[in-house]
Amino acid sequence: MTEIALFGAIEIGLVYALVAIGVYLSFRILDFPDLTVDGSFPLGAAVCAVLLIAGVNPWLASLAAALAGAAAGLVTATLNVRFKILHLLASILTMIALFSVNLRVMGRPNVALLMQDTVLTPFYGLGIPDHIVRPLVVGVIVAVVVLLLARFLSSEFGLAMRATGVNARMARAQGVNTDAHVYAGIALSNALTGLAGALFAQTNGFADVTTGIGTIVVGLAAVIVGETVLPARALALALVGCVAGSILYRLAVQLALSADSIGLQASDLNLVTAVLVAVALILPRLKAKASRSVSRSPSAAK
Amino acid sequence: MIVVEDIHVTFGRGTPLEKHALRGVDLTIPEGEFVTVIGSNGAGKSTFLGSLAGDVLAEQGRISIDGTDVTRWDTPRRAGLVARVFQDPMAGSCAALTIEENMALAAARGRRRGLGLALGSDRRRNFRDRIAALGLGLENRLHDRMGLLSGGQRQAVSLLMATLAGSKILLLDEHTAALDPATADFVLELTRRIVRDNRLTTLMVTHSMRQALDYGDRTLMLHEGRVVLDVAGDERAGLDVPHLLALFAKQRGGVEISDDSLLIG
Repeated sequence: MTEIALFGAIEIGLVYALVAIGVYLSFRILDFPDLTVDGSFPLGAAVCAVLLIAGVNPWLASLAAALAGAAAGLVTATLNVRFKILHLLASILTMIALFSVNLRVMGRPNVALLMQDTVLTPFYGLGIPDHIVRPLVVGVIVAVVVLLLARFLSSEFGLAMRATGVNARMARAQGVNTDAHVYAGIALSNALTGLAGALFAQTNGFADVTTGIGTIVVGLAAVIVGETVLPARALALALVGCVAGSILYRLAVQLALSADSIGLQASDLNLVTAVLVAVALILPRLKAKASRSVSRSPSAAK
Repeated sequence: MIVVEDIHVTFGRGTPLEKHALRGVDLTIPEGEFVTVIGSNGAGKSTFLGSLAGDVLAEQGRISIDGTDVTRWDTPRRAGLVARVFQDPMAGSCAALTIEENMALAAARGRRRGLGLALGSDRRRNFRDRIAALGLGLENRLHDRMGLLSGGQRQAVSLLMATLAGSKILLLDEHTAALDPATADFVLELTRRIVRDNRLTTLMVTHSMRQALDYGDRTLMLHEGRVVLDVAGDERAGLDVPHLLALFAKQRGGVEISDDSLLIG
């Protein structure tokens, strides 16, 4: 792997770390399998790209992308909470609808950002190579998000959100308005994904409606890899695990694709991802099964 | 004080499984009274408790707590007034959260939950003192996940959690039914102490007639969604389990009780 490929993998890993954190929030904390991210990621990219072309400040454009993602999340949450549609189906409906919305936002399937200022522009002239500047800037943004989110989740509101996912009945009995916390959590999850989309557009120089395909699987892969390498109970560490998992996942993919002997090409990415996630999901079960059958024999003698 | 006026609850209305679970319950429970509730399976005990807590909304009638009409309030809204301990030790707490996090959740009951830290150092110290008073040695395990505790410990902590937010009403839904006898006795004694120390208005559903007579000031018996027996004071003090059974039979117009669950314990 070349140096450029290595930093490229870290960069894209950091961008998708925000998706991983969002997925962690929905899947793990709220126990709400939310596929909206497949739509909110390109939505964030589209909104950001269109605003940048219109001359809006890049930070404001990124904020707008996050808000657009949050709005998408609210649609899914409303379908589920208010209208009792199964969470999975509700999120698929939003995701499908967003494909059309994204085309409308951009007015065409893809938009190139060539000369527009991005959040990265001020940092390009500092004498650091471009391929290092990008992961650095994105890394700082991710670090800020992790810190803020860790603080949020240890607040009274955040604690109630965690309880909502663990035991909604108990949470309600303790006066937690669980519906409100589902709205807030899914909105936040998709806001992070929208922000990731905005950063993707700015680091890669384009927004495309098809970039959303498989976002959920990539996010989930990062969460699972993170939980495997950093099996932490403390919440802040779990968030760091999501970031680490996202980077490791990208490095693994980069390694697999750059090893010519395996014969993989870039278009095999989705297949590799799906296999990786499936294996990561199956392995803990097999491990548990193996340890159960080992521990069963001595206890049976009692 | 709890005032219940003629509440009715029907499950599955208009379906073949329609069940008229509460058929006009009228009740006034003065502040600080400890009421035990018995009745056979399907008598409406849990539905009654659920209708007080807000899990089940009465389709007819009126419920007021301390003078406030709460008939249309949902569970989270009533939680500021009403604390609960469930039958299943797993149901009343979050297994994946730590003991202190569970306590922090309960302490914020009935308040707006903001962005302030859920566990400041003052609050931690307070929790440590409160849990030390249980005498279970849990004060050094505040960082342990709730799921690591035994059923009895979890019920004890749940009882403690019920007192953290200062609500004056405690609903206990067979909270010792899932415990072994010795642990159940411990939790019942703890219940008695907590109810007395905090002067809580308490409703305790139990399947044991013995418990129903031994604890509290007043005993209700529900049958087919109605209160069929309501005893307190001297009348209650003179009662024993066989009396209770006879009274019940009389109330029901001489129908023999065949439900074993009422006789056991």
